[in-house]
Amino acid sequence: MRSYFRRTSISRPSPVEMTGSYILLVLWAFVVLFPLYWLFITSFKQPIDVNTGPYYIPFVDFQPSLHAWRYIFVDVWHDTARPYANTVIVGLSSSVLALAIGAAAAYALVRFHYRPRVGAIVLFIACLLLAVFLVNRGVPWTVSVAVSLVIFFLLLQAIGKRLRRSLGNNDIAFWMISQRILPPVAVVIPIYILFQQLKMLDTRAALIITYMAINLPIVVWLLRDYFLSIPIELEECAAIDGASRLRTFWSIVVPLSVPGLVATFLFVLVFAWNEYLLALFLSSANAQTMPLTVAAQNATRGPQWWYMSVLIWIMILPVIVLAIILERFIARGLLVGAVKG
Amino acid sequence: MSRQQSFQGPAAPPGLDSPEAPLEAEQAAKTVWYSRWSPGGSEGVFIWPAVLVLLGFSLFPLIVSLWLSFSRLKFVKGGVQINNVGLANYRKLFFGSEQAHFLGVWTMPSVLGLMFFGVLVLVTVVLLVKYVRSQAGTVAGLILRLAFALFALAVMWMVVSTVNAEGRPGTVTVTLIYVYIGIFLQYVIGLGLALLTAQALPGRRFFRVVFLLPMMITPVGVAYMFRMLADTSKGPFAPVWQAVGLGETSWVNNAWGARSAVIIGDVWQWTAFMFIVLLAAVEAQPREPVEAAQVDGASRWKVFRYLTFPGILPVSTALILIRMIEAYKIMDLPNVLTNGGPGTATESMTLHSFIAWRALDIGGSAAVAYSLLILVTIVSVAFVNLVRSRTTEAI
Repeated sequence: MRSYFRRTSISRPSPVEMTGSYILLVLWAFVVLFPLYWLFITSFKQPIDVNTGPYYIPFVDFQPSLHAWRYIFVDVWHDTARPYANTVIVGLSSSVLALAIGAAAAYALVRFHYRPRVGAIVLFIACLLLAVFLVNRGVPWTVSVAVSLVIFFLLLQAIGKRLRRSLGNNDIAFWMISQRILPPVAVVIPIYILFQQLKMLDTRAALIITYMAINLPIVVWLLRDYFLSIPIELEECAAIDGASRLRTFWSIVVPLSVPGLVATFLFVLVFAWNEYLLALFLSSANAQTMPLTVAAQNATRGPQWWYMSVLIWIMILPVIVLAIILERFIARGLLVGAVKG
Repeated sequence: MSRQQSFQGPAAPPGLDSPEAPLEAEQAAKTVWYSRWSPGGSEGVFIWPAVLVLLGFSLFPLIVSLWLSFSRLKFVKGGVQINNVGLANYRKLFFGSEQAHFLGVWTMPSVLGLMFFGVLVLVTVVLLVKYVRSQAGTVAGLILRLAFALFALAVMWMVVSTVNAEGRPGTVTVTLIYVYIGIFLQYVIGLGLALLTAQALPGRRFFRVVFLLPMMITPVGVAYMFRMLADTSKGPFAPVWQAVGLGETSWVNNAWGARSAVIIGDVWQWTAFMFIVLLAAVEAQPREPVEAAQVDGASRWKVFRYLTFPGILPVSTALILIRMIEAYKIMDLPNVLTNGGPGTATESMTLHSFIAWRALDIGGSAAVAYSLLILVTIVSVAFVNLVRSRTTEAI
């Protein structure tokens, strides 16, 4: 007699195990999807439907209406379109920039040898402290930065040659990756002051630069290990054929690492797309991004659930579609980074 | 730029500047020929942009932030006046008027808390003794471990003496609760789902994609979603709450209810990340040993315990490290979900810092941010050295 507890083959679970697995999987799928479903139907509800108790199924429990969608897309179109455009522009450009700069650095850390001298680094930090100290004493910041830079270069020429102790690539990589540990809140106030001085507060450029800097460590981290897995022989061939470093990187390495680049790009894009804290500090009306717009729906009349649901849905739709298309890349790209990191 | 010179120069012989791993040395040996061949000059182009960006946006702000945390801003006519106040901001946080907010209200721990703390002390002592007895132990290693153990126990003592009926946890404790309970649940659920999905089940691709989705959703959106779901009178689970007689109570008015709402939202969102990477790790495991064990009649548990789990341990520690680093920054979820309330019950350290900034207490805000930075750094460095280095050596 056939047993329901026995596996039919070694790689296939038995019927009972399979049923159990499906029950658990469906349970978690419900946990994941139900909030999204609730959000979706709430966007079609009239305020009265939301406020008079839970209704679950459109056309059965309540009559769906497009009023919230019409409000967001027609009545306050300008208030929606601008943050949306900001989010798209800031997200895409900061991710592309972070990917470009980070990929170059990650590649360099894998293939070239750098030997930053300890003396130069100590000197640099000392001059930075000097600049801060001078500002603290009331010297204008332009003057103090200039003075410190001059002192730095003079001292570097004078004593730099003597301090030969140097660090290796791994130290640079560690330094870059460890920047991710920094809580953004610890650096955001000086960045705020910096952009205020440059009259760049509440501009897209400020957000793009900041997001790029915040995401750079992840890019270096994930791509460094990806580049390590590319055989060096191809690059040597290119070098023998007379290709320059940049040419080799652009025409050999980049095409070979498309999966890693895609995964990293998506990861960084999602961070920039959803970022809240830095946007809260650095933008107000002009450069406002979608997370702030969504958060702002909690207005004086209480939370406007129906409008909020529409906004959240149009905000998450592009990234969800991307995630579904690129699902395979994500897992692979992240795994490489996680194993070695 | 003359500093650029310091980053160039001829390639060093392998092993001279990269004594780390044999793999790295091998890689270096391969690279030597290639980097010596090329006419120098373009190496700087590759790395300088990244170095400059990081110098400008993390090292420089970090120093300015440190200085701000030692100062107090005063608004005077036509600008601000910055006064150096030394350690006053920190003193306020740790011993002064902000102590209850930051460290919490301390009382005698409950019996359960005392027992928990006792177990922790025992475990720490056993681990230290083991380290002393082992051959690899050094004096410096012992001193560092001792220092970390004292730090960790002091933090735990704070947790057990503020998390009880009379006490009130401060923002540090609340952050620790979010991070560790959150990571524990995310890891357990994520691993379970990864193991289930790794089986040869029809339709597993559907589940993989669905389970990935929460990671993509903005935390602000997650917060609002859970606010709707947690509503006991109009939310979708209202009939359930009414059935158990809790129809009129609200999660967010109760301190622990509000905290668990934040944790549930965080777990909902980040289990996806744990799941997707653990699944890839499980699938990357070689099949043959597992099949051999199955042929020999090993149970599922044994296969997991002795084959799969050791295989995915390095990935697991990396994942936990990544999540730990990110989770300490939690801010949007409590800010939107509960606005830090009731009172300060759900405030994380980042939110505390933000609220201080909003109240124009820039120095206090920077002091909180710096305390967070120090806490995260100590915990991550200890984790890397004590846990992660051990698991990555294994392979």
